[in-house]
Amino acid sequence: MGSSSSSTERIPDAQELMQETGFSAAHLVRLYERFEFLDKDDRGELRLDDFEAVSELAMNPIGDRIIGAFFSPGRETVDFPSFVRILAHFRPTDTNRTRNGRNGAQPEPANSRTSKLKFAFQLYDQDRDGKVSREELLQVLRMMLEMQVTEEQLQSIAERAIQEADLDRDDAISFDEFKKSLEKVDIEHKMSVRFLE
Amino acid sequence: MDTIVLSVFVFSLNCCFSCKLLRKTCTLPPIFCSAELQSPGNVLPNFLTLIISLCMLPFFLFESLILNVFHRPGVNRAYRTPQLPWATLRMEMGAKEKNQELYKPYTNGIIAKEPPSSLQQEILELRGSANGLRSEPEFEMADIFYFCRRGVESIVDDEVTKRFSAQELESWNLLTRSNYNFRHISLRLTVLWGLGILIRYGVLLPLRVTLAVTGICLLLVLTTLVAFLPNAELRSYLSEKVHLMCYRICVRALTAIITYHNSENKPKNGGICVANHTTPIDVIILANDGCYSLVGQVHGGLMGMVQRAMVKSSSHIWFERSEVKDRHLVAKRLGDHVADKTKQPILVFPEGTCINNTSVMMFKKGSFEIGCTVYPVAIKYDPRFGDAFWNSSKFGMVSYLLRMMSSWAIVCSVWYLPPMNREEGEDAVQFANRVKAAIAAQGGLVDLIWDGGLKRAKVKDVFKEEQQKLYSKVLVGDSEDQMEDKCSEDGTAEGDESSKDPTEGQ
Repeated sequence: MGSSSSSTERIPDAQELMQETGFSAAHLVRLYERFEFLDKDDRGELRLDDFEAVSELAMNPIGDRIIGAFFSPGRETVDFPSFVRILAHFRPTDTNRTRNGRNGAQPEPANSRTSKLKFAFQLYDQDRDGKVSREELLQVLRMMLEMQVTEEQLQSIAERAIQEADLDRDDAISFDEFKKSLEKVDIEHKMSVRFLE
Repeated sequence: MDTIVLSVFVFSLNCCFSCKLLRKTCTLPPIFCSAELQSPGNVLPNFLTLIISLCMLPFFLFESLILNVFHRPGVNRAYRTPQLPWATLRMEMGAKEKNQELYKPYTNGIIAKEPPSSLQQEILELRGSANGLRSEPEFEMADIFYFCRRGVESIVDDEVTKRFSAQELESWNLLTRSNYNFRHISLRLTVLWGLGILIRYGVLLPLRVTLAVTGICLLLVLTTLVAFLPNAELRSYLSEKVHLMCYRICVRALTAIITYHNSENKPKNGGICVANHTTPIDVIILANDGCYSLVGQVHGGLMGMVQRAMVKSSSHIWFERSEVKDRHLVAKRLGDHVADKTKQPILVFPEGTCINNTSVMMFKKGSFEIGCTVYPVAIKYDPRFGDAFWNSSKFGMVSYLLRMMSSWAIVCSVWYLPPMNREEGEDAVQFANRVKAAIAAQGGLVDLIWDGGLKRAKVKDVFKEEQQKLYSKVLVGDSEDQMEDKCSEDGTAEGDESSKDPTEGQ
């Protein structure tokens, strides 16, 4: 691949980001252009209203949660490295990684199955206590359905979901229970965004 | 014809100045010379003006010659690829040396979007991979993945926001206005490009500005003159000629090379002409080829003067700012205008705002409710010669016009589409969408359902509710279908009754 390192020069810590996230130089440049495009005031970081300007996101029922996932707790802006690290979760899984070769020293890549599951889990688990309580589940359901179902229907849906997934009967879904209930789901494909070459 | 008028105009200007000059040198009684002419300091400016106007004359003739030549179809194609063959070769060689990609494959976006399948399909697929044959509709923890992925896709690349800024070109060439996407290939090319800038800003821009000013002045003067004529027929005939001439001058001022296709479908009296909107220059481009009645808000300043002058000799529809909100008033005035068959067709841009000429956005239904014949027109600009899109949040009107006049040229194609009428059982919105699809198909633009007003406003909650509704159907709606099946199983009589009801309802 021809080195277009001249274009990654504008991006701070480009090499480290590429190592960490696995994005190629070309993808990183395109993402940087997109970042600059969303950053309407040229501040070098994104705020809440920059995200809200994306119309297709505004019509997504859990749009606010997804936007929230970009902001680290307590911070009000997103800089480019954070932006890319979150998007790295959605890179297609590298199929040629050997499963056996994983020794504890290597950190979990951002786009592995476990990392994707963790990302989705955190969309439910807003208080980051490692468990999705009934109330948190109800909140997500309310966002996805709002006026379309009654409160009783919501409660019954939530009840059924917890009963199915909650194996140790503590009335909340932990990350392992979450992982187990989604064993057969093709996450690698459904939680991936295919970046063009 | 307009060249002749222009030449006469300039020539008379020259004569005035040369007369003044002659008077200076002859010995005429001082009453014929104004005091200021007697001072020697004034000779130089007069000479300068004389020389400049003399130079402009061949420029006008030259430009009209060039434009007439290029209007022939065969030559047009040749002009479209004027990249010097030497320069192209050099760029390709340079790229090979550095192992870079010169021609980026034209990417429509950053990500490959799956063909849009419905929300229902996708979620069932998601679940289908989880559980074998569960047909009971229930919430699944996995459902969130669908929304999550769609959300992230739209953060990385969405269809709407990129329509409100200038289109990105695949490759940089010597005709590009800016150094965006610029790659330093060789010193010679950069120098050549710099020379191009000098020519554009130093030579072309002043000449074009002068032309534009002349055009507007002529418009103001001549339309006022024509308005004084008593005979209505003569007045309308002359006003047509005057308008066409002035628009042609303005087109020369921009060096717009326009190709009109299918002129047999040109809009006729008593109809409405709709077109996609990219820039305020659209008006000049269309009015160059036919006479239209314009619709718009009353402005102040120079625009206001021009508006008032135009109204004197032909009928245009200008609204006060307060009247714009009153939809019935607007509809009535437009309706009255088209009912009068002697009046020219109205020119309307239903998108309501400027879009960057890669797509067509939602048409506002107001002009489609009037019920007359609609003549669609598609306008497509060639982005290589000059970017015609007006990004109103970035550039004001004046700086936009200056940018236009310092491009190499504005090359565009105008297609007149066959007239359309509203069909039986079609409401205004469906009719508008049909017209929009036809325009998009002809111009090679993307047909979007999004509202151009999203440039400034936020998305309405209606869209979010749509998504929620679709999702709730997946969860709960299926149970309704099950209930219906049960009813029909109970008895065929009941089934017949339920099938009769809908027909009775109609």
